[in-house]
Amino acid sequence: MYVVACIKQVPDTTQVQIDPVTNTLVRDGIPFIVNPYDTHAVEESLRMKARYGFKAAALSMGPPNTEATLRKALALGVDEAILCSDRAFGGADTLSTSNVLAAAIRKLAQEDEVGIVFCGKQTIDGDTAQVGPGIAIRLGFSQLTLVDRIEHLDFLAKKIRVRRKLEGRYEIVEAKLPAMITVVRELNRPRYPTVPMRLKAAKAEVKVWDNKELQLDPNSVGLKGSPTWVSRIFSPQRAAGEIIGDGLGDPAGTARLLLEKLVASDMLAV
Amino acid sequence: MAEAKTKLKKPRGKVRLIEGKCIACGARCQSSCPVDGIQMSDAGEPQIELSKCIGCLKCVKACPGSALEIFYSPEELEILAQLAGQQDLAEEDADPEELARRELVAAYRGVWVFVEQTEGEAARVSWELMGKGQELAAKLGVELCAVVMGDQVEHLCREAFSYGANKAYLMDQPVLKHYRTYPYLDALCHLIDKYKPEIVLMGATGMGRDLAGAVATRVKTGLTADCTGLDIDAKRNLMQTRPAFGGNIMATIMCDRFRPQMATVRSHVMPMPAQMSGRTGKIVPVSLPISEADIFTKVLQVIRDKKAGDVDIAGAEFIVSGGRGMMAKENFAILQELADELGGVVGASRSAVDAGWMPGDRQVGQTGKTVRPKIYIACGISGAIQHLVGMQDSDLIVAINRDKEAPIFEVANYGIVGDLFEVVPALTTALREMKTSKGPAEVKDSKAA
Repeated sequence: MYVVACIKQVPDTTQVQIDPVTNTLVRDGIPFIVNPYDTHAVEESLRMKARYGFKAAALSMGPPNTEATLRKALALGVDEAILCSDRAFGGADTLSTSNVLAAAIRKLAQEDEVGIVFCGKQTIDGDTAQVGPGIAIRLGFSQLTLVDRIEHLDFLAKKIRVRRKLEGRYEIVEAKLPAMITVVRELNRPRYPTVPMRLKAAKAEVKVWDNKELQLDPNSVGLKGSPTWVSRIFSPQRAAGEIIGDGLGDPAGTARLLLEKLVASDMLAV
Repeated sequence: MAEAKTKLKKPRGKVRLIEGKCIACGARCQSSCPVDGIQMSDAGEPQIELSKCIGCLKCVKACPGSALEIFYSPEELEILAQLAGQQDLAEEDADPEELARRELVAAYRGVWVFVEQTEGEAARVSWELMGKGQELAAKLGVELCAVVMGDQVEHLCREAFSYGANKAYLMDQPVLKHYRTYPYLDALCHLIDKYKPEIVLMGATGMGRDLAGAVATRVKTGLTADCTGLDIDAKRNLMQTRPAFGGNIMATIMCDRFRPQMATVRSHVMPMPAQMSGRTGKIVPVSLPISEADIFTKVLQVIRDKKAGDVDIAGAEFIVSGGRGMMAKENFAILQELADELGGVVGASRSAVDAGWMPGDRQVGQTGKTVRPKIYIACGISGAIQHLVGMQDSDLIVAINRDKEAPIFEVANYGIVGDLFEVVPALTTALREMKTSKGPAEVKDSKAA
């Protein structure tokens, strides 16, 4: 049985800046990382592998350089790494991304049954949390989002019990396999790759599947298969604030001045 | 009419890249080109093969950075000048694709808000969306409808009317008692197929995101997550604005070729509308034969998380937040003192949470919570855009930071350049003094004296 972790290569967004003059993204030298939430998806698939003897596969869609991200998963111990890469997949929104990933999982399932697909709860660049549900619905898998604990897995009875972390509450949910599970950080602590594993991963094969392999309707993938498109991007305009007092020289006086202003503007009733 | 015979063909021109405007969005232009006339450079910028370009405009429309434009040769410009006097050019634009789009779009009418509930209690974000929904429905000249699902939840329809809904679709069945993806998915897709709304809004909560992603996939339409702005353009399409590229810039997203247009919005992003008691509307009961036996997902237990419930930063009126400048976990005590004095709570930036100084449920920002307090006091927070998008809708923002160049000062109403370890305790002390001297008037007097 396969357990699949879907991972995305994302720019390290804390380092992305806007050029104030040209109003464009400064993208030189921005490092790529594995989406942090997805590292927990990989970790959980490896734990399943260790515990139940499943085969762990890491799956990604992206341009050819995404291979580096998949090698990181290989270095952690996944058995197979698959990259869906094709010019036709470019410019995809979440709907067409889930289409490609679901097709790859279906293809993988021809080799062996796929029991669980793990995804990070969302990516740090898009933040949409939509690709996981998209995969689940396309494959007809149970959909379990925001899971912070796997309570029990009975793979003979094909049942899984998990805890979901929601606003102000937890839910204990039981569902049938196969299941798509999106994971939150609290689920586990991802391991680090060892040097021998890293060396081994450098030589391991990353399978690349293009649309000849996946056989999807070209109109259902990439930009053509994306209902949403970006019509405009802009830097948020903000009104400059007013610096008050001399906070360095006279902190107490500045504090009093601030409070007076707050009271005067009716923001603070004392 | 007589002109038809001699009619000149309108030149289409060729496309070119405007220097410095490409944002390397991921080869949208390349993917959109029907004649494979665009290759991407190593820097992710398009290289256009002019001999192949047919001037179809597809790449120009696909570019989010407006980095592509059409240019014309001198000969073409001459023809264009000749054509300028003729008025029938506009009609050429209505190609079969556009006509089919218009027909599809016309079949869908109305703005819907999905009313999220747990145990019969509505999520606040649903009513906030009702406020925005009213505005959108008014611009479109259509009805605002609430979608209420659950077990014994009819009262939520009446509550929805009080927040502005004209109509409520009610699916009230025991099988919908607990939220589970598949029955809710079936129910909502059934309603969408039957009543065809043009816009569906949902809260970007755990449940809302679970359901919205599933519904959009099955209905095969677009979904935009975590919108911070929603508006209608001249062609009746929904303009969905949200932070992009990890929050560094804002993007307006369209879904003009598909219906419904779906969007999620986080709690506290839209203002809560005024409640109009006694307002009524039409309840449309709908039922679907969903059998419990067909649902393989069971909610075995719901555990209220009291710990998280104690401090609700999203609902707080006063927030004192700390960032990297707090230096250590213990130092948050001074923020707590000020927060206590204000009757508010302590929040944190992502770096403070990542450093382990504050728990994750206190995080304000793109990956944390969106807040809308009356007063937000940012202490030692430089103001990364991810943080700003989470707190910029606060009624009043105060920033305290040593670095006078910190971006936080650009959003703050009042900025104090200073050492937070001196300013914050001074604020707490001044606030206490003010309280004991019974009111602001006397404080002013004493200062004047």
